[in-house]
Amino acid sequence: MNRIMEVRLQKLTKVFVDKQKKETRAVDRLDVVIPDGKLISLLGPSGCGKSTTLFMIAGLHKPTSGKIFFGDEEVTKLAPEKRGIGLVFQNYALYPHMTVRQNILFPLENMAIKREDAEARVLEMATLVDIQELLERKPGQLSGGQQQRVAIARALVKKPRVLLLDEPLSNLDARLRLQMREEIKRIQRETKITTIFVTHDQEEAMSISDEMVVMDTGVMQQMDKPQDLYNYPVNLFVAKFLGNPPINTFEGFVKSNKVYFGDIVVGSKKIPDGKYTFGIRPEDFRVDPNGFNISTREVSHIGRDTMITFHAEDQELRALVDSDDVKGLKEIKLGVKAGKIHAFDLETGDVVKEKEGV
Amino acid sequence: MNKGNILKRFFWSWKTNYNVLKRKVTGGIGKFFDKITFKAKRTEKRLAQDQVIREYLGKEPDYDIYIFEDFDELRIRVDKEYEVLKESNDPTKIAYIRKVHKALPPIKKVIERRFKTKTTFRQWGKALLYLGPVLILLGIFTFYPIFNSFRLVVYTGYNASDGTIAGYTLIGNFVTVLTESNFLLPSSHTQSSVVINTLVIVFVSVPISVVISLIIAVALNSIKPLRNFFQTVFFLPYVTNTIAIGLVFAYMFKTDGGLVNNMLNALGIGSVNWIGPRAGYWNAMSVLLIYSVWDSMAFKIMVFLSAIQGIDKQYYQAAQIDATPKSRMFTKITVPMISPMVFYIVVTSIIGAFKTYSSVIAIFGDSGQPAGATYTLKTIVFYIYDYMNNSTPGNLSLAAASSIILFAIILMLTLVQMWVGKKRVHY
Repeated sequence: MNRIMEVRLQKLTKVFVDKQKKETRAVDRLDVVIPDGKLISLLGPSGCGKSTTLFMIAGLHKPTSGKIFFGDEEVTKLAPEKRGIGLVFQNYALYPHMTVRQNILFPLENMAIKREDAEARVLEMATLVDIQELLERKPGQLSGGQQQRVAIARALVKKPRVLLLDEPLSNLDARLRLQMREEIKRIQRETKITTIFVTHDQEEAMSISDEMVVMDTGVMQQMDKPQDLYNYPVNLFVAKFLGNPPINTFEGFVKSNKVYFGDIVVGSKKIPDGKYTFGIRPEDFRVDPNGFNISTREVSHIGRDTMITFHAEDQELRALVDSDDVKGLKEIKLGVKAGKIHAFDLETGDVVKEKEGV
Repeated sequence: MNKGNILKRFFWSWKTNYNVLKRKVTGGIGKFFDKITFKAKRTEKRLAQDQVIREYLGKEPDYDIYIFEDFDELRIRVDKEYEVLKESNDPTKIAYIRKVHKALPPIKKVIERRFKTKTTFRQWGKALLYLGPVLILLGIFTFYPIFNSFRLVVYTGYNASDGTIAGYTLIGNFVTVLTESNFLLPSSHTQSSVVINTLVIVFVSVPISVVISLIIAVALNSIKPLRNFFQTVFFLPYVTNTIAIGLVFAYMFKTDGGLVNNMLNALGIGSVNWIGPRAGYWNAMSVLLIYSVWDSMAFKIMVFLSAIQGIDKQYYQAAQIDATPKSRMFTKITVPMISPMVFYIVVTSIIGAFKTYSSVIAIFGDSGQPAGATYTLKTIVFYIYDYMNNSTPGNLSLAAASSIILFAIILMLTLVQMWVGKKRVHY
């Protein structure tokens, strides 16, 4: 267990061919190194190939090309049972005819382990995920969250090298989801198993993971720490995908380091003159007496924050500002926090960075 | 008032009347059901029990335990308290905690079924309407004959042609049938009886055919190419006429030039007299058994195959990741998951095997035995037909008596199976 168990994907590609011989590139030349002992999320919209990637790591799908390494060992051609992984399915796949104890014991019965040791490990795992009172129940008598815990215990009981979770929280209700998120984080910290977590919920991924991999149409967009991903997106897709309320985007231009949106000067950015797609997160606006005027359409107070929806150049933009700042103001002028305007290339969508020290 | 309005009014009143009638009928049925199930008493009891729980928790009478309490947790708590109190030997407290435990609502079990149906008895009126046609047909061809055989069995010397009877008897016809040679006990010159034959067919052919069908279904499920072809091949016996198959079997098992004996000869084994004149009992019986197994397999394979295909693939993926051998997947996942289907198949095929008739006719003809044999291969149903074809007065009553005996045997076996099934069949 103490070996370094980073997971390396090299140019991993999966092409599905359907009955009409039509090819679908689910995963396209994916190069990722998942560091040892970390919890990594694969994040992306439906159909972006994140589950396919997970199943390839598990060995349930065969890659069309590319390689998978666990540490120094290549496992691309290895059968799933020889890879030493634990997998938690989206709908748990608990055997309905077995009790919780039998379910957790099941992986161990396939290994040459003494009965007493196996029973002890089942109890240890049940304690870890806090279901020791439910061992004699059947999955049908458990709530969703409890089933989830059993599934995690079953995946962990054989001490896998890598733990894979396929959208494990999507079948739970909102409150339980928050709770299980913390649980998974805690279990991962305690066991220090390299964990890969697939989800389409950005908030879930941001809160749970050490690092995130954002994917779209089978291609990796960016891999970074959650906050860095949020603050420094490498392209428009990542910027748009992360954040709630979503980032404001508009087409504008830069003239002598000033960012224009139509006639409005939004802020300054040291990039070459020309047309760009700009992105500003709603919370990066601030009330600024020297800022630009807005024709306010809607102001809604959400406790500490105030959401201002306004129109500029026939486009709807949203700003999230501190409630105290707008109190009593008849006219609101907005500015943007320094360095918070993201500029993207109009065609490729890649981020355009500011020149250093000019 | 024009024509349209009159029509509208007519239909409106018709609809209203229908609705009133419907409400009266279904409401009446609902009330009747509540009455025979003592709904008022149950509610009262439940309320009293709720009060016990409230007192135990120290809550006001208007406290809704169903909203604010988690009964699973409460149960654990009460159980723990009981464990502690057991040591202390305080009878009044133990009695109280027992009372509280009893007052807790029953554990709700969530049963997952693919088709969740919820029928309330208020819908019975509608149900009866839809079920009517079938009920009428069943009444004529099933329920009336059942009733009629219970009527016939108490007559003696009943003459079907003019409906006259010689007298009444309670168990006379049963005694006659049971003591008759060939029914239960083999008579002096024969080696078998119809009951023995039937039981052999039931207890040999059903287990064999269930096991073989299960294996074939699993094999069919695991192959990809040619699956449709093999599926069709295995289903062919189901759509083929029983008598035709029987005739083919009779031809295959001919002593001279039969396919089976030719094959045995090719392997260097001498010809066997399967169903020829003076063939041995077990020779003839094994042909009948092979026929029964083969004939009944098609349906079983289809049922098992569709049940296996209904199992979620993720169970197998999960098992594969846990390095489960194929044999263990079969015994630990496939069989338990389709156990309701296996149970259903076992129950219905045992009942079906008890009713074996046409296969005997198809292979051995009206005599029910190979030429010159000193035994019979007739089954109970064959025996019943023999009585019915013989118009001697009183025979219909004997036929009715044997049917009731057959019914009793099947009923007993099915009850045993249900009892076993409740313990052994999963979910």
